[in-house]
Amino acid sequence: MIKVTIDMDKCQHYGQCCFEAPDVFSLDDAGHIVYVAEVADDRRDDVESAADVCPMQAIEIS
Amino acid sequence: MAGVVIIGAGLGGLRVAETLRASGYAGEVTIVGDEIHLPYNRPPLSKEALAGGVEVADLEFRRKAHVDDVTWKLGSPAVTSSLKEGTVTLADGTVLQFDALAVAAGIRPRRLPIPGPQAGRVVLRTAEDARELRAALLPGAKVLIMGAGFIGCEVAATARKVDCEVNIVALDAEPMIRPLGAELGAGMRRRHEANGVNFHLGRTITSFNGTDRVESATLDDGTVLAADIVVEAVGSMANVEWLDGNGLDLGDGLSVDDAMIVEGTTNVVAVGDIARHHNALFSGPKRRIEHWNMPTETGKRAGQTLAALLAGAEVSQAPFSAMPSFWSDQYSHKIQSFGMPGNATRIEIVSGTPDEACIAEYFDESGLVGVIGIDKTSELAPYRKLLMERG
Repeated sequence: MIKVTIDMDKCQHYGQCCFEAPDVFSLDDAGHIVYVAEVADDRRDDVESAADVCPMQAIEIS
Repeated sequence: MAGVVIIGAGLGGLRVAETLRASGYAGEVTIVGDEIHLPYNRPPLSKEALAGGVEVADLEFRRKAHVDDVTWKLGSPAVTSSLKEGTVTLADGTVLQFDALAVAAGIRPRRLPIPGPQAGRVVLRTAEDARELRAALLPGAKVLIMGAGFIGCEVAATARKVDCEVNIVALDAEPMIRPLGAELGAGMRRRHEANGVNFHLGRTITSFNGTDRVESATLDDGTVLAADIVVEAVGSMANVEWLDGNGLDLGDGLSVDDAMIVEGTTNVVAVGDIARHHNALFSGPKRRIEHWNMPTETGKRAGQTLAALLAGAEVSQAPFSAMPSFWSDQYSHKIQSFGMPGNATRIEIVSGTPDEACIAEYFDESGLVGVIGIDKTSELAPYRKLLMERG
């Protein structure tokens, strides 16, 4: 499993991650990021891409 | 030592290196940076890092494990090059030999030749620039900002947050007018004015006054503005002078094909702010796009190109396609854009008004080319999808 964490002090809810891995990251009705904290290993490429495109570099993967 | 030499240790250079490794290239990779820092994220420099409490180490990009073996040559910019010989010479005298070269050298702030003292005039591009400016942003300090683009406006918002007096002088009729258009620009101006910023639009600075350092500036209408610090945010220049003498057109960055190969070369790619490219999503001439997401988009493509080239495989010439996007934080407001709103010939505000949360659609003769939302991030996704379908 891949562990996904968003540093909420950095996150500005721009939602760029949602376009790369929509099954992991999404915006709720209030415009706040919600995400799945544990995802299957075969989702690594898209989760890495989501971390790459975050303007605030708030996404950590382990 | 040959292999791949990457000039530029910013986001674009990092993405080229990562993609080379991810694409199976196992040869030598050397990344050259003019700054002493490993790749770091610049947008916070005009915001959190300027308000205090954020150091450059906090801004470093996550470096994937597969770039652990690249060689970093930091603190010494490229000064000359011979593409024919396959060499780049750095300021410290080092000569690097390459099989393939990636140009990721980025841009630097433009400086205007204005008479008067130079001390007290700063720009904002690097972590050191941010540190110097931050030291001057004391409560009550008189901050004069030249230019009403994103950097000028973000610095203004940050400076007001720490209770500086802020004047913005710009030739444009409204702040951020080129990407936003006049109506949204005016809406943002009124937000800044409500927060205490004074605008002097349609004006230029004709001289700086003071004995050892800037104490005031004279505008072209005779107005004199007191200034403890001047922030120059009037556009940028591509860092390409070190490529002079190779027969390349360096007039507006570097022209590249869909694989990011520089026109007139076979083993040189360019990425990021300085790469002038076509985009399958938008018609028209090749353009340089100075948005944060473009170094990643162009860097990944260029990395794939070089990996194929060095493996003797065929380089994909599939049309390059990327969605330009920008973001800006000013006070509590968030501006977000997709597409090429600056190309528009017609703008329609479809939700809200410029003075509250709103969405504007941008059109040219081909249809919708861009969308901008102010405090409407969560409602922009359908527009991005529409714009993606242009390709």
